[in-house]
Order: sequence, then structure tokens, then C-alpha cells
Amino acid sequence: MLVSAAASLTDAFAEVESAFEEENRDVDVVLNLGSSSALREQILEGAPADVFASANTSNMDQVADAGELSGEAEIFVTNSLQIAVPTGNPAGVTGLEDFAREELLIGLCVEDVPCGDFGRQALDNAGVTPSIDTNEPDVRALLTKIEAGELDAGITYVTDVLSTSGTVEGLEIPAEVNVVAEYPIATLAGAPNPVTAAAWVEFVLSDEGQAILTSYGFISP
Amino acid sequence: MKADTSVRPRTRRPPVLLVVLGAIGLAMFVIPFVGLLARVPWSDLPALLAGDVVTDALRLSVVTSLTATLIAVVVGIPLAWIMARLDFPGRSLVRGLVTLPLVLPPVVGGAALLFALGRRGLVGESLEQATGLLLPFSTWGVVVANTFVAMPFLVITVEGALRNLDQRYEGAAASLGAGRWTVLRRVTLPMIGPSLVAGLVLTWARAFGEFGATITFAGNLQGRTQTLPLAVFVALESDRDTAVALSLVMVVVSLAVLVTLRERWWKAL
Repeated sequence: MLVSAAASLTDAFAEVESAFEEENRDVDVVLNLGSSSALREQILEGAPADVFASANTSNMDQVADAGELSGEAEIFVTNSLQIAVPTGNPAGVTGLEDFAREELLIGLCVEDVPCGDFGRQALDNAGVTPSIDTNEPDVRALLTKIEAGELDAGITYVTDVLSTSGTVEGLEIPAEVNVVAEYPIATLAGAPNPVTAAAWVEFVLSDEGQAILTSYGFISP
Repeated sequence: MKADTSVRPRTRRPPVLLVVLGAIGLAMFVIPFVGLLARVPWSDLPALLAGDVVTDALRLSVVTSLTATLIAVVVGIPLAWIMARLDFPGRSLVRGLVTLPLVLPPVVGGAALLFALGRRGLVGESLEQATGLLLPFSTWGVVVANTFVAMPFLVITVEGALRNLDQRYEGAAASLGAGRWTVLRRVTLPMIGPSLVAGLVLTWARAFGEFGATITFAGNLQGRTQTLPLAVFVALESDRDTAVALSLVMVVVSLAVLVTLRERWWKAL
């Protein structure tokens, strides 16, 4: 059974996969990971996937509009933003206001990828005009420069900070300005294994599946 | 007088197989650019090219690539001379190190630069304390990344030319009373001139097109570190027309320089 899932789900879905296969010994789940837009294109081009888990609703909507879903898409987790700083927070960053300080080295993702778009929305919500020193092409590139201590702060997802295992610290962004990304999941109309596909979605939405996902920093909807 | 044997081919018709294979080779270079040209939004082009993303990136690319070429001349030519003329232990290691940026993925070079010259880097930390100069996320960072990736072209070309140069000419000039500086200026440089120019052009062109080391070491900010290749990369995600317009600018500028200089200088090679 093939599960097409957003790259940000890589570690979490790997653990969900082992738990699912433990309970369904005759099933072999294969994870097809990539950016949500690339996965969407694959599905629309007719790639034989069973389940689609997207990191935002717009890609799922496009698949639904093309009639490629066998049911309704459901939001299975959300992911919020955090301020990422190098371990020890050498610049003493306390909140989004610090993104306006010109003497700090501040990085964001480029405007056109989700983390850059959501990050700017959060700054906008907080009424902060950031003094940006670099717009990194993706969240991995941004994290690398924060990990190396070359940037004082950036905005990433909570799950990205957790995935660095301690080289980056996360600072909370208040809920009233934070931007929440919703992750929808659905079985596909052309699924070669529709029964297993439905079981996977059910498992992801179950208490056990949700417990695994929240341990990686995702939030239950 | 002996008969002219097989030195010149008698037939005017070139071998068909050779021409066909050569044409396939040429098509590899031509087809992608035809594809690019087919996507150019000609009617919107003036407006796209006048946008500040394009003008900022073009200005930054021209300034940083020329500065990198200048630095390559100042330190690269002496390095080439040392490698060609001095016998010292570890010369082949030096030659390997100089060639390394040619084969390494530029991203690796950029990461190495970041770890060495970043503010937490081996050299970068003391550099910042001593001078206040911070290379990452600055225009100088772009120049450093460009120089790192492009200078090998100049060093390798000039070193090769110096090694092939018959040193008896320099010796003759010196024995006729020419000082070292005069020998360099009147004998050595003119004799390696075509190689020098070829090396300079390749160095500039490589710097002008540099992407991986720049974005890894210097980051990406319009007007400060976003050169043309970076602007193309970012625009491809969102604004295909601007990306194509930027690519067209790169192709036209690079091709113009390469063709003009080839006509003027490389004939001599």
C-alpha cells in the first residue's frame, strides 16, 4: 500500500508505519514522501497511490476538485510556528518584536514556500516589520544556518525545531498571532488497496496514531 | 619536390557520421535555450526587466563577478606562477587543492566557507573581532563565494601557459639587460596573453553564474546578496515569467561576453 505524504511528516509517519504494520502483519506500507505540491502533481498524473496526506489544504482541495478522492478529506493534525534560535539563544531573543532589531541576523523562508508565507503572516499579525538578512529557499536551509549559529533567529514549524534534536531551541509564538497549518488526509479514488487505505486513515485518526504524531510536535485537531 | 601525400584531405565533403554526431552534440546545447526562448513572455518583457528584482540582481551580479575576477588576478596569477616555476614539496597537493572547487558541488564549498568564515567559524570569528567584518549575508560574502568557485579557472589556465612557455625567451631578455619587471611586462605577459584572457573570461563567467556556494554561504536577500542565479531560483517557485526573463538576461550577457572575447582573443589560441 502506497501512502503519499508531505515531507514534514517523514519521521512521524515512519513511526506510524511500524505501529500500523505491527497490528496488520500482512500489510506492507510504502511511504512516498515529497513536497505536497509535487505529490499532488503525481496523483493528478495518475500515479497509483492509496492515501494522500498533505501539509496544507490547498493541495488537497485541488486533488478533490479533480475527483481523485474516494471520500472526504479530514484534518488529522495541525502544525504551528515557533521562533527558532541557536542553542543557548546567544542573542537573547524573546519574541517576534526582536525580528525588527537591525543588529540581529534574521532569516525567514522565501515568501513563496509555506513556512515563509506563514512566518510573514505571524509577523504581520504581531505588527512587526522584520529586518531580514536572508530569505532561505526552504526550511531545512534556514535551520542549517540557525544550527550553525550564523543566524540569530528564524521562524519554522514546531516539528522542525523538534527534529533537530537539541541544536536549535524553539520559543513560543503567542496563539493570538501564530499561524496554524492544517494537514488533511484522504483515501484516493484510484487506490489499488481501498480497504487497507481506509484502515490507515482510521489508524492515523485513532488515539494511538494521534499519540505518535503529537510526540513529534504535531497538534491534534 | 615530393608529391603532397595525405597531409591534406583531398575530399571537400566532411565525413557524414562525424557531422551527424557533432550535430547531436550541438543540439544538446541549443535545445534547452530554444525551450527557454519559447517561454519568454515577449510583450511583458520590458516591464519585467525594469522590475527592481531584476535590476538589483543584475547590478549585484556584475559588481560581484567583476570584483571576484579582480581578486583572482591579484592573488591567483602569483599562485599560478609559484605552482609553475617553483619546485617545492607538496606541489601536487597544492595543485589538487586549487582544482578542488572545480569538482566539488558548490553547495559543499559554500558550507565549508560558512564553517570557516562564518561568525562562529574557525577564521571568521577572529576576523569579526579584528575588523568587524561579517562575511555571511553580506555582499562581500558573495564575492568570496564567487572567488572560491571561479579562481581555479584562472590559476589552472595561467599555470599551464607558464609551464609551456619557453623560459629561454625570458633568459634572453634578462641577459640583454632587462630587469625582472620588464621581462614580466614585455616578454612573459605578452606570450601568455591569450591564455590569460581565456582564463579571465572563464573565471568571470563562472562567477557570474555562481549559485550553490553563494546561497549556502551568503544567503539570499534582494539588493545585498541576491544575484541573478539566486533570483532565477526563487522566481521559479512563484513567478515563472520573471524567472524566464532573468534567465534570458543571464544567457544574453554571458553569450555576448563569450562570443565577443572569443572573436577578439581566442583566435590566437
